[in-house]
Order: sequence, then C-alpha cells, then structure tokens
Amino acid sequence: MAESHGEKSGQKAGAHTEADGGHGGAFPPFDSSTYASQLVSLAVAFVALYIIVSRFALPRVGGVIEARQNMIEGDLADAQKLKDESAAALKAYENDLAAARSRAQAISNETREKLNAASEAERKVLEDKLTAKLHDAEKTIAATRATAMSNVRGIAADAATAIVQRLTGAVPDGAAVNSAVDASLKGQA
Amino acid sequence: MKIDPIHQFNIEPLFTIGHIGNHTIAFTNSTLYMFVAVALISVLMLASGRQLVPGRLQSVAEISYEFVASTIRSTAGAEGMKFFPLIFSLFMFICVSNLVGIIPYTFTISSHLIVTAALALLVFFTVLIYGVYKNGLKFFKIFVPSGVPIYILPLVMFIEILSFFLRPVSHSVRLFANMLAGHIALKVFAGFVAMLGVSLGAVGWLGGVMPLALTVALTALELLVAFLQAYVFAILTCIYLNDAIHPGH
Repeated sequence: MAESHGEKSGQKAGAHTEADGGHGGAFPPFDSSTYASQLVSLAVAFVALYIIVSRFALPRVGGVIEARQNMIEGDLADAQKLKDESAAALKAYENDLAAARSRAQAISNETREKLNAASEAERKVLEDKLTAKLHDAEKTIAATRATAMSNVRGIAADAATAIVQRLTGAVPDGAAVNSAVDASLKGQA
Repeated sequence: MKIDPIHQFNIEPLFTIGHIGNHTIAFTNSTLYMFVAVALISVLMLASGRQLVPGRLQSVAEISYEFVASTIRSTAGAEGMKFFPLIFSLFMFICVSNLVGIIPYTFTISSHLIVTAALALLVFFTVLIYGVYKNGLKFFKIFVPSGVPIYILPLVMFIEILSFFLRPVSHSVRLFANMLAGHIALKVFAGFVAMLGVSLGAVGWLGGVMPLALTVALTALELLVAFLQAYVFAILTCIYLNDAIHPGH
C-alpha cells in the first residue's frame, strides 16, 4: 500500500488537465486504498472541529448574541419605562389643567352671580325710590287738581252771578246759583 | 489536449504518517483540505469581533450560528439544541469544504463517498444510540406508525425499517453525488473552452465564449448547490435526531 501511494504521488505531480494517463485505473472516490487515510484524517479533523466548536466557538458567539439580546431588551425596557413615566406626567398635567379650568369656571360663575345680585339689588332700590317719587308726584297732582276743581266751582259761581246780573240786572240768590253750578258740574262730570 | 474531469478527485498523498494494520495512513490533499476547512471555521468563529454592532466577519459568524440554531429549533424542537455543536460542526464543515472546493485547483472533500458516508453514519449511530439510550425500547415505535390498519402494519413496518436503515445511504450519496457531478460538469465545460481554442485557433477561442459563459453560470449554480447540500445534510440530521428525541410521532 505504501508503495502504491508513493508511486501515485510520483505520477500525479502534474497540472490538472495534464494527459499523464496515471490514475492507477480506479475512479478515485471508489479507490479503497485511500479510505483508511481519509477516515483517519476525517476523524481527526472532525473531532478537532467538534471540540473547537462546542468548547470555544459556540459559547463565544452565543455569548455575544445573548449579550446583545439582553442589552436590546434592557434598552427597550428602559424606553418603555420612560415612555410610561412621560405618559403619567402628561396625564397628571392634563388632570391639573382640567382642575384649574373647572376652578376658573367656578370662580367666574360665582363672580358673575355676585355681580348680578348686586346690580339687581341696586336696581330694586332705585326702582323703589322712583316708585315712591312717582307716588308723591301723583299725590301732588291729585291735590293740585282738587284745589283747582274747588277753585273752578267758585269761579263758575262768580261768573254765573255776573252773567245773570248783566242779563237781568238783578243779583241772583247766592244759594240758587251755587245749587245750579253744582247741578251743572254734576251733569258734566 | 485531453480533458480529464476525474483527475480533480485524485487523492494524492503528501507524506506517510504511519500504518494501521496493513493500511497506510498518509497525509493527503484531502487531509490538508479538511484541516483548511477546520481552520477557516475556527478563524470565522473565534477571530471575528465581539462588538455590539457586528462587522462583516462577525455578522457571518452570528448568522451561521443563528441559522443553524433556528433550523434545529424548528425541526427538532428545543431539546434538539443538545445536538447544536454536532449539527453546527457538520453544517459548517460541509458548507466550508464545498465552498472551498469551488475554487479552481482545490480539492473537494465531500466529493468522496467515504467521507460523506462516514459523516452520515456518524449521524445514523448518534440517532440510534441516543434514541435507545433516551427512550429505551420505545424508540422502536418509530417503525410502527400510529393509525395504520393492522392488516397492512407488517408491510408498513417493513418499509419503515428499510427506510430507516437506508437513511445513511441516501444521506451520504446525495451530498457525494451532487458535489461529484457538479465538479465534473464544471470541468467538462471549462475544458471545452481550452479544447476549442487549441484545436480551432482564433475561431475556436471565439466559439469558446459559449462554454465559458456556461462555466460561469454553472459556478454560480455550484455555489448555490454547495450551500444547499450542506443545509440539506444539516436539516436531515435534525429530522433524524427528532425521531430519536420524540419517537412517538
């Protein structure tokens, strides 16, 4: 076997497409003389690879990926926390704003009512005063009118006496004139 | 000018290490590329940065980690993560050696049936041993699907057992055949370019544009196949391990 290997290597030290005609006949993948070498090298190489991969490579790369994953998750959690905080702050602000607004509304309502009440009271006082004045004025008018009316009767009696005297030449009886005037006033009234 | 598309698969001993029985153990080009694959994976996984925001190399390392992890979780469940190092090693080893193999003048480890068969048998025995260790005799319920009428059960069991024992065959031949066929096709079409040029002169070099374009397209396809076959190998491993973890499907 050793000889066959050596012989082959001697023959095959050429370029790929060299027409050296030296295959030793067998199709290389089915050349069983090379199996032992290949199996041994495969075993050595694969065991080495397995050890490297399982001991060093996978823990290393897996660690890096996991660290990144943790970091991303941590950052996302932080971001979520901050977002929640800002949402809470916004809510508190909105509550405060609503409270302030309703208080302002209450104050303005109260003030308006107070002012309304005050102006109403003032108006009432003024109205009362005016009503009283109107009353007084009406009384004065009535008194003046009554006086005037009683004066009218005297004047009418005098005028009637003077008219009768001019027409008849005789002074009429006072009592008769008075009753006539009264009758006339009553008829008018 | 003779095109020899098989030459690229030759195992060439670089030096002899020793003997086991009457077998010679040599350090071959295959050995070299296995170590190259292991070294590349180690560099990718161990020398990439550990920044919070990953760079390119670190991204590749992390994407491969998460890709394999999510493949296992989706096919074998959280319990399958026990086998994460194994599946990750298999996936990366096959993927990196397939990708390295596309580079001209390199050697493709997975184009040898003995290598893919060894990896497939590793998976097969892992499934068998872990399944029996974890579930005892209940593991063999995977051969008895539930809800099958009793009169066809023997036939179904026969098919199930047969398919179980044929798994390593399909598992290994799929990868081996894909890599072998792809590389032969690449070599043949690339050889046409040189062959046309040498035999027909200027006209031949012009005519060589077609196979050259095809070679470029095939190389792109082979890149896809290189990744896809590694993925298929890994996901089949996950599915087989799922049987060992949850046998009562």
